[in-house]
Amino acid sequence: MKTSEGTIGKMKRIPRDHKVRRFHQAKWDEPVIFELSQPGERGVEVPRVEQEIVASVGDGVSQLPDSLRRKKRPNLPQISQFRVIRHYSRLSQEVLGADFNVEIGQGTCTMKYSPKINERFARSPKMAELHPLQDESTVQGMLEITYKLDLFLREVSGMDKFSFQPGSGTQALLTQASIVRKYHESRGEGELRNEFLTTHFSHPSQAATAAVKGFKIIYVPADENGYPDLEALKGLVSERTAAFAVANPEDTGIYNSRIKEFTDVVHAAGGLCCYDQANANGLLGITRALEAGFDMCFFNLHKTFSIPHACGGPATGAIGVTEKLEEFLPGPLVDFDGERYYYKRELKNSIGKVRSFYGVPPAVLRAYAWIRALGAEGLEEAAKIACLNNNYLYHKILQIRGASAPYIKGRRLEQVRYSWQKLTEDTGVTTYDVQRRMADFAHHYWTSHHPYIVPEPFTLEPTESYSKAELDEYIAALTHISQEAYENPEIVQTAPHNSTGHRVIESVLDDPEQWAITWRAYLKKTAKE
Amino acid sequence: MSAKPFAHPYIPNSAPAVKEQMLKEIGLGSIEEIFADIPQELRLKEKMNIPPALTEYELERHVNQLMNKNITTKEYISFLGAGCWPHFIPAVCDEINSRAEFLTAYAGEPYEDKGRFQALFEYQSLVAELVDMDVVNVPTFDWAQAASTALRMAARITKRTELLLPKNIHPDKLLIIRNYTSPDLTLTLVDFTEDTGAIDLADLQAKLGPNTAAVYFENPSFLGSLETNGQLIADLAHAAGALCVVGVDPSSLGVMEAPANYGADIVCGDLQPLGVHMHYGGGQSGFIATHDDPTFVMEYPSRLFGIAPTEVEGEYGFGDVAYDRTSFAKREKGKESVGTQTALWGITAGVYLATMGPDGMEELGQGIMQRSQYAAKQLASLPGVELKFSGPFFKEFVIDFSQTGKTVKEINAALLSRGIFGGVDLTAHDPQLEQCALFCVTEVHSKEEIDALVTALASIV
Repeated sequence: MKTSEGTIGKMKRIPRDHKVRRFHQAKWDEPVIFELSQPGERGVEVPRVEQEIVASVGDGVSQLPDSLRRKKRPNLPQISQFRVIRHYSRLSQEVLGADFNVEIGQGTCTMKYSPKINERFARSPKMAELHPLQDESTVQGMLEITYKLDLFLREVSGMDKFSFQPGSGTQALLTQASIVRKYHESRGEGELRNEFLTTHFSHPSQAATAAVKGFKIIYVPADENGYPDLEALKGLVSERTAAFAVANPEDTGIYNSRIKEFTDVVHAAGGLCCYDQANANGLLGITRALEAGFDMCFFNLHKTFSIPHACGGPATGAIGVTEKLEEFLPGPLVDFDGERYYYKRELKNSIGKVRSFYGVPPAVLRAYAWIRALGAEGLEEAAKIACLNNNYLYHKILQIRGASAPYIKGRRLEQVRYSWQKLTEDTGVTTYDVQRRMADFAHHYWTSHHPYIVPEPFTLEPTESYSKAELDEYIAALTHISQEAYENPEIVQTAPHNSTGHRVIESVLDDPEQWAITWRAYLKKTAKE
Repeated sequence: MSAKPFAHPYIPNSAPAVKEQMLKEIGLGSIEEIFADIPQELRLKEKMNIPPALTEYELERHVNQLMNKNITTKEYISFLGAGCWPHFIPAVCDEINSRAEFLTAYAGEPYEDKGRFQALFEYQSLVAELVDMDVVNVPTFDWAQAASTALRMAARITKRTELLLPKNIHPDKLLIIRNYTSPDLTLTLVDFTEDTGAIDLADLQAKLGPNTAAVYFENPSFLGSLETNGQLIADLAHAAGALCVVGVDPSSLGVMEAPANYGADIVCGDLQPLGVHMHYGGGQSGFIATHDDPTFVMEYPSRLFGIAPTEVEGEYGFGDVAYDRTSFAKREKGKESVGTQTALWGITAGVYLATMGPDGMEELGQGIMQRSQYAAKQLASLPGVELKFSGPFFKEFVIDFSQTGKTVKEINAALLSRGIFGGVDLTAHDPQLEQCALFCVTEVHSKEEIDALVTALASIV
């Protein structure tokens, strides 16, 4: 064999026994788009106006009164098309998505496989080029898919009707709070029932959206096992209780076995029970919202139902309600008369709308396709394997020095909230340090919502989409970093080393004199005196 | 799964051998043990009534068969607008927003996801040039949500509770704003003038009071008409101690003045016209913009990405500005709420603006005005057909068919049979708009298509 320096003999098997990936992310040191501007360059030409139109109406803009005429051209950059492509393609290489890394560290986000076939459907002109106000006769395919997805989610949840209008889990939470308010108002108890109960492990948007709807937020504390405290709940409900909203399992991965006792207590007090099913991935075909006593629930189609996360939307929070709450749903709703699919627009006590038109139809289309690719058995298998993967991970992570998982021992459902508390006490290395060092191995994890009830947290959710070998890779990386924390903490504390860049100096981001949310603000604030 | 000895393609560890090995390694006899905490009475006993799995080929045939029942705006000529508009989308936009990195990323840190932060910072910066303001948010759901939040921001800043909105606002937008601003804020509608569709200043003056937090108007309005009294409205609002909130269509800002330059304190609008397909209403995306005043910045519920130095000289870094104001940090004590919204459309809008440049945006706006004026002129020449409002308009205009003796419903049905989606029927929206329709004409409409509409209508009315 020859190398550039001479011969080395017969090729040997290349050793691949290193435990952690020798990764380096693309590091382009790319300028900001404005720095690419070259006067005279054009990215694309705009459709040309026919001469006859110009002859007929002139320059068009003369119709604008002087006060509305643009005086100063927008200071947009001038860049040729190919260079725009290179710039954004480079930026994309500085992003890790679930298509690239073992994305099991984003607890509660359910980073499962978004099948490529569904992207083909979503990008087809038969989806992308529809206008929402077209005659119903011209969108029967879309309406049928919407209606059928409604039926499927009724099967999953036991609820009686779904709306796909909310554009996210947060917007579904707002919808739930709006329905709660409208429901009590319709019964003459709108002013009386202004207390909204939830738990500290709930998504911040739970309390935040209820607060937007004017509710006073009351927290049901957790007991030492991580369950919401039933006795505390009994003491907190009254004739002022509007609703109790909770996820089950909560973000800790702990399933509250007594959930039906909770919903019974709230119902006895006249309140509604709202189910945040962001954490539904371990429950499909196993247990439903209905039997647990919930009056409404929602699913994140971009979590449990495989819609890609798209850097943070567009997405959908599909909200389902029992029959008695149907009249409050935001409209319109899709219905079927045996022959044609149509919009039902007259909803007696509707909260109105939360989002324009019908929501995000490409999300509905992808979710429908995903369910059809799995069937009832496949949904149940997905839930079971998601739980198996999680418990496998849980078992192995607890063997890592410095890692622990508070509350009940033995098992979780589909995710776990862990703690590096021991690691931090022993070494000074924090969860943020470990998080940054993970980037050097093409990994990521999410810590927790605030406030950090679990100290030095990290929350992992493997879903059903990753192979055992990939779970092992992730475990090996965490194990390696734990070892580094004990033996060589500085390499962890000064991470990342193999990423797109180095530690950001974040103090400028909180100082009004220094923060720069746009390039123009940055230029102004950093101009030489 | 029961019938097959191999894993479903989406569920690798359902392969029997691996499943067994994993159970063994963690000392579980079966997966059923994991569900021990779920009481038997809550366990689902019957199988879900969902059809059995389709293979990928079967799935493709099935879904295509369903979606082929749809007729699209590329097959029929469409003049539908009203909040979702047809525009020319440069191929680079779909190229970038279909890249798997952007498509499958979510909430990573500014290290492994630096490109996401930079792409959104650049979108914020590019829209900032259109609106001539220094702060733009990571986008929310749509224009209606952006307006709702802008109005709540105004209420918090002024510590007042009354909001004034134009009567000719899109009825659905009003429903969204009403739900979002209740129960604590009140909405009062301000009349529009009969002839121009713009805000009735006398009515506005009468309704402004010491409890007015904000005056909201749109430019163009839902009916396409342009508000030429923007500065006057802003001055009246400010004199009453209220803020001026203006909603815009960003595709107009290559030729139209930025509202910040006629008194707007908070600007909002929809990004969909900037490189996003209509997606049957799924392309909406709402931006909010303000000046770089901490009083305003601290009221945004959204994420705001900022640029920062790193430990290495000469390196750009990015991160969240004033994160502590958000519900992520403070739950119900944060500003409203934030979460997943429409980030990919924000990135797309940035790509679009970088591609179009200042010349492209100017030519876009001009071309839209020329084509829509041509269409309005040709339609108004038909017997019994009238342009409802005098005064300048952008992209959309109202046609009054009431003198033709035909309803808009009948006319649109006849147009449909000729392969044309006519203007949105406004009859149900307001008694002043009976048998009126809202026509949308953009840079995608050729003279041939506009003439086809006119010819069809000539034979119908």
